[in-house]
Amino acid sequence: MSTYAFDYARAQSVDEALTLLAGHDGEARLLAGGHSLIPAMKLRLTAPTLLIDVSGLEDLAAVTLDGGHLAIGALTTHRAVETSELVRTHCPALAEAAAGIGDPQVRNRGTIGGSLAHADPAADYPALVLALDAEIEMTSRDGTRTVSADDFFVDMYTTALAAHEMITRVRIPVLGHGEGAAYAKFANPASRYAVVGVAAKVSLADGTCRAARVAVTGAAPKAFRATAVERRLAGRPLTEAVIAEAVRGLADPNELLSDLSGSAEYRAHLCEVMATRALREAAARAA
Amino acid sequence: MPNFIGSPVKRVEDKRFITGKGRYTDDIVLPGMTYACIVRSEHAHARIKAIDTSAAEAVDGVLAVFTGQDMVDDGILSIPTGWAVGDAMKEPPHYPLAVGKVHHVGDGVAVVIATDKATAQDAAEQVMIEYEPLPAVVDATAALAPDAPIVHDGLDSNLCFDWELGDRDATDRAMAAAHHVTTYELVNQRVVPNAIEPRSAIGHYDPAREELTLYTSSQNPHLIRLLLCAFVWPDLPEHKVRVVSPDVGGGFGSKIFHYPEEVICAWASKKLERPVKWTAARSESFVTDAHGRDHVSTAELGLDAEGNMVALRVKTVANLGAYLSTFAPAVPTYLYGTLLAGQYRTPHIHVNVKGVFTNTVPVDAYRGAGRPEATFLVERVVELAAKELGMDPAELRRKNFIRPDEFPYDTPVALQYDSGNYEGALDKALEMIGYEDFRREQAEARKQGRLLGIGFSSYIEACGIAPSQVVGALGARAGLYESGGIRVHPTGKVEVFTGTHSHGQGHETTFAQIVAHELGIPLENVEVVHGDTSRVPFGMGTYGSRSLAVGGSAIMRALDKVKDKARKIAAHKLEAAEEDVEFVDGTFRVKGTDRTIGFGDVALTAYVPHDYPEGVEPGLDENAFYDPKNFTFPFGTHICTVEVDPDTGVVRILRYVAVDDVGNIINPMIVEGQIHGGIAQGVGQALFEGAVYDETGQPLTGSYMDYTMPRADDLPSFEVGHQVTPCPHNPLGVKGAGEAGTIASTACVVNAVVDALYHRGIRDIPMPLTPERVWRALHAGGDGAAAAAAPAGGNGQA
Ligand SMILES: Cc1cc2nc3c(=O)[nH]c(=O)nc-3n(C[C@H](O)[C@H](O)[C@H](O)COP(=O)(O)OP(=O)(O)OC[C@H]3O[C@@H](n4cnc5c(N)ncnc54)[C@H](O)[C@@H]3O)c2cc1C
Repeated sequence: MSTYAFDYARAQSVDEALTLLAGHDGEARLLAGGHSLIPAMKLRLTAPTLLIDVSGLEDLAAVTLDGGHLAIGALTTHRAVETSELVRTHCPALAEAAAGIGDPQVRNRGTIGGSLAHADPAADYPALVLALDAEIEMTSRDGTRTVSADDFFVDMYTTALAAHEMITRVRIPVLGHGEGAAYAKFANPASRYAVVGVAAKVSLADGTCRAARVAVTGAAPKAFRATAVERRLAGRPLTEAVIAEAVRGLADPNELLSDLSGSAEYRAHLCEVMATRALREAAARAA
Repeated sequence: MPNFIGSPVKRVEDKRFITGKGRYTDDIVLPGMTYACIVRSEHAHARIKAIDTSAAEAVDGVLAVFTGQDMVDDGILSIPTGWAVGDAMKEPPHYPLAVGKVHHVGDGVAVVIATDKATAQDAAEQVMIEYEPLPAVVDATAALAPDAPIVHDGLDSNLCFDWELGDRDATDRAMAAAHHVTTYELVNQRVVPNAIEPRSAIGHYDPAREELTLYTSSQNPHLIRLLLCAFVWPDLPEHKVRVVSPDVGGGFGSKIFHYPEEVICAWASKKLERPVKWTAARSESFVTDAHGRDHVSTAELGLDAEGNMVALRVKTVANLGAYLSTFAPAVPTYLYGTLLAGQYRTPHIHVNVKGVFTNTVPVDAYRGAGRPEATFLVERVVELAAKELGMDPAELRRKNFIRPDEFPYDTPVALQYDSGNYEGALDKALEMIGYEDFRREQAEARKQGRLLGIGFSSYIEACGIAPSQVVGALGARAGLYESGGIRVHPTGKVEVFTGTHSHGQGHETTFAQIVAHELGIPLENVEVVHGDTSRVPFGMGTYGSRSLAVGGSAIMRALDKVKDKARKIAAHKLEAAEEDVEFVDGTFRVKGTDRTIGFGDVALTAYVPHDYPEGVEPGLDENAFYDPKNFTFPFGTHICTVEVDPDTGVVRILRYVAVDDVGNIINPMIVEGQIHGGIAQGVGQALFEGAVYDETGQPLTGSYMDYTMPRADDLPSFEVGHQVTPCPHNPLGVKGAGEAGTIASTACVVNAVVDALYHRGIRDIPMPLTPERVWRALHAGGDGAAAAAAPAGGNGQA
């Protein structure tokens, strides 16, 4: 199928992209990997009049170590995240999640910034940035601001990002001593997006969980943190029994999505299973 | 000279395919090309009250907008089906674009033709259609209810035909006397064929010569031409029409049929005197390519106290969709009911099939066509019977197999099996899988809470549907022979013309191997030509695993003629009697001497007949038509093992063993490829695929986001073992290999999953066995009722 007609501009700098964006009053869209935007345009679900191609902005396609944080440029492809030595060293769970996104073609084009901006309820990264307590840096002609992942996701396909803003970086605290993280995904057999994906990060001291962050994607209209589970884990050793008890009732089926890939009831069950698997692995890595 | 028969020659066509140089219909760009976009119904069932095309016509770049009525007014008639099941069969009209009413989501209503694709699509949105929505029916069983909405005006019910086969009374009596009766209610769910190349058509009318060329992604170009000229567009003279099916990227049955878009592009091209192209978007493929399967059945298998099968009674409701597609009536009847004996000696079988119209995409032949449905039913009910009787499933099968000395064997459902050795295939498969060891491993695993299972499928298929006289008596509106031509060029190079069509099967290699072998010439001296009605003698195309058994046999006949004539020429040149000349490895020789002449020299002589036998025509160019004596009957046993994850319900296939007997094998690599692909497709139906509609007739699985195709990482490495029982009645001794994998594997996988869960009280889970359905079955225990409550797939309803 064909898209509606649109204009195309290749931005040479962030400034140029932001100027074009601001000048088009919500009718323009940034084009990164194009792996969410172009399919939607071909299905004629969205019809921007101008595409601002930012995929050539190499400054934003790098991963660096910035103090205690991994700074991942918004245009870093899934493949680059998957293979980055820095990510593998300081946050292997993120590299593993990236490796499980779509297929090689998707991973070679799709970007972390595009994925977060798009905020597909079944995307993988949202669970990771929530569990890893990431910050998302956004820039507009008015300047740069940073919001925590907790404040970023608003609703299905809706985020804190304003129409004239661009995500420039994602900052993720590196894992310290006694910390471990993992991601467990139950992939939709058709699309391979997450039916339920759970990311978990735990900090252990003397065999006891000091803090845990558990975040779920795919199950609900937006990714969310399982704060009750986190609380139940704090201060306890992460045994099978403790984990099993903590994840019980993680999600209320009434608040979950229900579709061909899984009813709300099944998704609620998968939340528990995937949380168990993620926590088990995170704890093993932390120890 | 290498022996080409039985050799795993690399496919000659693959170079162009894997380097992206195939030439598919959509790759063809003609001068002055225009593009069609079809406006499709979003309603499952609605009356068309008005169509306003003016805004669309006003769009810059739009050349024309046509409606169904425009076509009818210009002499276009309904697209017929190719098969009549009984005189009472209802055949409501199927116009290329809807007239009066739309009957399913995706039904074409108007066509916009523009100078480019995007403009055509923009303008299509401007075609204003006023509908009066009508209640729809999607489920075939529901469609038979007295108060169901009636799909077609002019009919008083949705029943298309009510067909039966076998001796009802004898079956009833045997069933009543049976020691044990296993009853199985099943849904063989609707699936979408999903060939990788979306359908495409180009109509190209040449006003100067008054000739029409239709390029189309079809499995059988001659049949398309025949249907178009003889039925749909009687003003179109057949000798002025050329149908070309160039490279075609997969069909699986879905490209056999004569589709509306072929008529639309052909007709519009004549109207506009410009070429008109249409290519389906993938989302269009989902709602316009004929779907497959969609049966709801009840099976009862009666057994005596020793486990001998004494009777099988089957009732099936087959969903035909909104219109009768080209083969649709034959699939759930002659290609299904006749296969219900399977490999067993069951003496009494009766089957009743009701074909039903619904407001869904038409259903027609899909890889296996009827035979997978029959095999699924038989192999599942046999498996359940074994479980209920506490018998080993392999032994129950063995006990009931038709024995090798019983062939030819007349089944109670009208077929005569010509040959077979069912126990041989079973034993080989059991040995390959290591049956005893697996049963031990399964018992061990169960103690640890792990769920392992093993499944069997002993299948039979009937390929190369024939002979023409018989199928004619059964209602076929066409013959089912095949043509083959051998054109030897003066330099000894050879073109082979076949009326079959290759769209993934590798005919360009297999057929060339046969010809190279028979003529003793290098493979590269042989070119196989197919898919063009102006080059190839009238043929019936490719489906039903018929190409080698029927088409290959026609080529063998033509080769005989070529060799006979060449021998005459050779004898003349060698100054010997014809009987004294033998043909060995490409050389004619006077027996017992060293006087020889090569095939190439004979070919040259045929075209430069200076020194030539009297009474022999020049040239070396022969055609043959071959009408088989019977079907061929490939068979085999597949066995797989699975593990079910009790936490999530995910099924993982651990091992898959296939022992197939497809007769003689020309190219083992191609046969293995066919078996592999076939198994994957059947596994797809077992575990993943299902076309789902909501109750209003809206398709819920309209893209790959929701419709699950099997992928490489869902499958183990297949272990393929062959057994060879040559077909006794065709010159190659071949049977057909294209569908075997699909026919066997669906039941095999479901049987394995049920075997893993039977001790938990689960005797069935409806397909596809999605993780949620398996999980629900595990949690509810008992039968699949709880699992059926899960979404995804199913009987055509969400
Ligand atoms: C076949 C397939 C399978 C997939 N499977 C998965 C999967 O398993 N898991 C998963 O998570 N995802 C999956 N995806 C989605 C994929 O990860 C996309 O790449 C991602 O969602 C979007 O990233 P992109 O760079 O392609 O963004 P684009 O498509 O270019 O843009 C998406 C949206 O984000 C906006 N945008 C892009 N970059 C920025 C920026 N820097 N700042 C502000 N706005 C921006 C765009 O304007 C647009 O609105 C799949 C996609 C496909 C096609």
